[in-house]
This record gives sequence, structure tokens and C-alpha cells, in this order.
Amino acid sequence: MSDRVREKLQILADAAKYDVSCSSSGSNRKNHNKGLGDTGSGICHTFTEDGRCVSLLKILFTNVCIYDCAYCVTRKSNDIQRAAFTVQEVVDLTMNFYRRNYIEGLFLSSGIFKNADYTMERLVQVAKKLRTEHKFNGYIHLKSIPGASDELMHEAGLYADRLSINIEMPTENGLKLLAPDKNRKDMIQPMNYIKNEIILHKEEKKIFKKTPIFTPAGQSTQMIIGATKETDKDIMYTASSLYKGFNLKRVYYSGYVPISNDTRLPGLGTAVPMVRENRLYQTDWLMRFYGFNIQELLNDANPHLDLDIDPKLSWALRNLNQFPIDINKADLQLILRVPGIGLKSAQKIVGARKFQQLNWEHLKKIGVAINRAKYFISCNSRQHERRDLTEMKIKQFILAGSGSKYLKNNPQQLVLF
Amino acid sequence: MGYHSVIYEGTWQSFLTAIFEIYERKLDQVTICTKERFQPGVFGDQLVIHADEQKAKRVWMGLKSKLSKEGLNKIFACYLSELDGIENILLAYIRLVFSNDQSIEQAYGDAAVLRVSQVNRIVHREKHRMEAFIRFKLTQDDIFYAAIEPDFNVIPLILGHFKRRYADQKWIIYDLKRKYGIYYDLQKVEEITFAFTPDANICDTNTIYFKEDEALYQALWKDYFKHVNIVSRKNTKLHLQYVPKRYWKYLVEKY
Repeated sequence: MSDRVREKLQILADAAKYDVSCSSSGSNRKNHNKGLGDTGSGICHTFTEDGRCVSLLKILFTNVCIYDCAYCVTRKSNDIQRAAFTVQEVVDLTMNFYRRNYIEGLFLSSGIFKNADYTMERLVQVAKKLRTEHKFNGYIHLKSIPGASDELMHEAGLYADRLSINIEMPTENGLKLLAPDKNRKDMIQPMNYIKNEIILHKEEKKIFKKTPIFTPAGQSTQMIIGATKETDKDIMYTASSLYKGFNLKRVYYSGYVPISNDTRLPGLGTAVPMVRENRLYQTDWLMRFYGFNIQELLNDANPHLDLDIDPKLSWALRNLNQFPIDINKADLQLILRVPGIGLKSAQKIVGARKFQQLNWEHLKKIGVAINRAKYFISCNSRQHERRDLTEMKIKQFILAGSGSKYLKNNPQQLVLF
Repeated sequence: MGYHSVIYEGTWQSFLTAIFEIYERKLDQVTICTKERFQPGVFGDQLVIHADEQKAKRVWMGLKSKLSKEGLNKIFACYLSELDGIENILLAYIRLVFSNDQSIEQAYGDAAVLRVSQVNRIVHREKHRMEAFIRFKLTQDDIFYAAIEPDFNVIPLILGHFKRRYADQKWIIYDLKRKYGIYYDLQKVEEITFAFTPDANICDTNTIYFKEDEALYQALWKDYFKHVNIVSRKNTKLHLQYVPKRYWKYLVEKY
């Protein structure tokens, strides 16, 4: 018995790992019934050797699938071992892992067997059992199955903290090319339904206190990056419209990991575009937390992000006319736009300058990356960058002064033989 | 006024009492330390403090009227760091609090304010890591047991989290370094000390102590950890940054 469960877990964890999301934050489910668990800011209980957070038990219910999407390991035509959990097995695993403080909760996805509703029903059963029979108040993230009915989506929303549906490809053409059986409409429809239900529940909550919580951590989605030829602009404009159109909490960008010899895709052995993925996340953050408009960062003149330097620095270099700004006077919104100053530092600066005029020493101690910021700010000091430097020059200085993190390839790599 | 060494008992209450005495006696040049850390010097007087509930309370109430909740928590967290000399930083901070009409919590230009904020951050990082890295094991008497050796004395900071979360199971978290722990009996959390030294080897699955299932779930967790990894994305530097080696001894998946 236990050996069989071990084997299933190995297969179905393996198959689920390409889903990036492991977030367990943003929900506010309390342990109200003296049951097990609560949710809050989310905890990473461990990290894989590739440096990704492990917060949830992330598994597929089954890797049997009727679809044949080229980018997916569980595609119908792929010759791999197939397995399926029972509802009770997933419940037991979740409860026992949670009790040992291994996880924050469950992220349950699935290959599509028989049809969309049949699959979605199994996922909902697991969540329902955990919530009602086991008084489980930990985090549950369910995957919405494209094409699932509104009734099932509604039930899912009552038990899950988060629902997500992967739009897979940044553009519709990309999807058509690689997943001809799928269409965008089937993905958008449940996403739209849940969005409206969340709004409705929030309205009701204002009137009736007892309204049950509904998908409190909202919805998210994921796009595969680098499987097709989209530009960074295509990707981020899609992301931006998803954030706006469906009130998504997160869009995840997943660098394509080559898994097949299909000629439509980058071949086996192609490197995973990890730097690009990182730049996309940075852009996503600038858009959501730093007050940047996506058009400022990516546009027809600049459809791709610079891989050498981060997108904020790249924007600042293109807009040198807006600098230098005075750290002791400028609004928080402007300080946030300075390369080398993050959210926390910006807030600290605004707090600290009420007590005294800040100089370089203060800024350094507060945690500002002076080597980057110094070209863009002035502070309470006579010493500051006076030279009229060009965009290229600043970039060179910064790159020369920083570690390998900002360099794609180390240009000074020695050839030994 | 001469130079004074104020020696306290190493408890929170006696630390606050020390602050009270320093104000009461208008001591100017002082260093505060525990008996263990005290190094007798040639100069100065020694003042030995015994905890006094009333005096401690008065200091705390005074701070409460001047600081936000966050500011109060920072002081407590710094105290729990047990770092050499942290008492003197806190004294400087507290003096600054009481001598200003407006809140100084954000005056990061001041050395003590900045240090308090930094120490608070590292203590909370350790707290957070304990909340993440503690691994319970189910004992034969149905108690989920975890042993820890945190860098700072974070048990007071993690207690609430575990009590809220694991309300329907008995559990023990035991600090091997400081030789005390907390026990939740389904009703309340109590401080406990073991009369014996528990075996520090926390990866043990010996069925004399632990339930039969324990080994299975540890094996399942190890399997899971191995299989969620994407080999082509291997990033050892990042992995080690997030899971420093000194924590591996807790982690079922790493031993």
C-alpha cells in the first residue's frame, strides 16, 4: 500500500513541478473551528535545489490527459508512466504533511481525463473533504479546468483560497500552434466567472456579515516563456491586460524547459531562459508596486528587455532628463523610480528625512545600492556625480562595478587552453 | 556621577527594572550586561539588579505611551537577540524615545535607531525560519515533537503562530541550546524543561519513540522534495542562500 502511494507521489509531483506558483499568501482564512491550520502571509517551508520555494504540496490528481499540448510533459502522445490518486490519498497526504509543518497547504492540478467537468469534480471533492470532514483551514489552491461548468467553479470557489487557470501561451497564435485542442475562450470563461463571483461576494459581505468567504486569495495564471517567438512586449502587455481585466493577483512567467523533440519548439538541451524570466518578473513588480506604466518600460521602440541590466535601470538610462532627483525633497513616487532604491529603502528615506537631511553615508546604511543610485540622485553632500555622463558611459560604469549577476556571459573569461 | 556597570539577571523583567534604576538614580555613564557577560574592570561601581515587577511595568507603560506597537515589538525582539552589548543599544534607544516629544521610530539617521531596526530584522528572520523549518515528528504518545537550536531566543515570538495553527494536535517545541521548550496540550501552552537531555538527533525514526507512520511520511516528504526539483534549472548558490547549511539538521528532506 505505502509503496504504491510513494510511487504515485513521485510520478504526480514530477508532473506538477512545471507549474511555477507556490504562493500561499494573500488569504485570511483563520483557524476558527479549533481545527487544523490557518493562512496568512505564507511561508516557504523549504527550497528545491533549483532555488524555488516549496510552500505547498503541489501535485497532479492524475497525469492521464486527453489533450496533446506540445509543451506539456503529460501530453497524450508522450510515452510516460501514468498514475492517479484517489481522493482519500490526497487528503491523507495533505493532512499528514501539514501536521508535521512541511507545507502551508495543497496545490492540486490535474491532467484532463474524460472531460473537463469530470476532472474538476474530483478536485472539488478533495477540497470539500479537507474543509468539511477534516476541519482543514490551511491553504488550498485548485487549478480551474478549462471548460468546467459555472456550478463546479462556484463550489471550487467556496473551498479554495486561490483558483488559477494557465493561459499557457502569451498570444493566441502561440496557443493555436502548440495546443490546437485548446482555445482561449475556454480559459477566459471560468476566469471571468470567478472574477465576477469574487466581486459579488465582496458586495454581499458588506451587507451580510455571514457571507461565506469565496476564493479569498483571488486568481492567478501562468504563461510559458520562450517556447514561441513572442517579444517581451507581447508578454507584458498580455500580463497587464490580465491584471486589469480579471483582477488577477499574480501572473507567473515560466521559462520553457525543453521536454520534447517537437520541431515547433526549442530543441532538447536548449538553455532555460532564466535571465529573461527574471527580467520579466522585475518588470511585473515595477508595474504593480513601483507605479510604472507598462508602456514606459516596453514599447515599439523597445520591444525587448535588456538582459544585462534590470528594467528600472534601463528605463532610467533612456530618461536621463528626469534626473538627478533630490533625495531630501522628491516625492516617494519619484524616489521609487531611482535605480538601486527598492520599496523598503524608499520608505525609509521618506521617514528618515523628516529628522535630518540625508547624506551618502545615511543612504548607504539605509540599504541603497549607491553604486547604481549615485548617477541619478543628489543628497545633502557636496560630493556628487558632476560629470555629464552619457547613457552608455553610465551603463559601462555600473556593469564594471557589479558582479556577474548582471552579465549574461563574463566577457573576461580566460581561455586556458 | 561616575561610571557604572549595571548587572541584571538576564530576564526581560530584570532588564526593564535595570532601565528603571538607571533613570531613578540618574546614572549617566553606564553599561548594562548579564552576570555571565560581566567582566570586572578597575573603574566604576557595580549595581546588581533584581527583577521588580512594578518597576518593570512602569518602564513598559512609559514606552507604551511613546511608541507604536511595532516599536515596542522591536525592543523586545532586540532583547531576545541576546547579542553582546544589545542592552546598551536598547538603553540609548530608550533614552532617545523618552527625551523626544515626537516619535523617533523612523529616525534612521541615528545609530541606535538604525541598529535596533537591523537587529529586529535579523531576529525576525530567525523567527520566520523557525516557523518554516521546524519539522514535527509524531511520538508514540501522540505528541508532535520538534527540537530546535535557534541563533536567537525566538520561542516567545513563534509561540502564537504555532498555537493558532496547530490547535487540534498536541505539540512540543524544544530549544536544545537554551534548555527549555513549550508544550501545547490542546488547551494552553506551557513552558517546560526536560529533566534529561533529549537526543539531539532529530532525524531519528526509532519506533520506540515515534509512530510507525512517521518513517513513511518522512520518506514521502523526501520523495516529494526530490521530485519537485527541476534538474535543468539547478541553482546551488540560490538554494544555499535560502536554506543555509546550519538549518539542514532540522530538515527531513536534507538529511
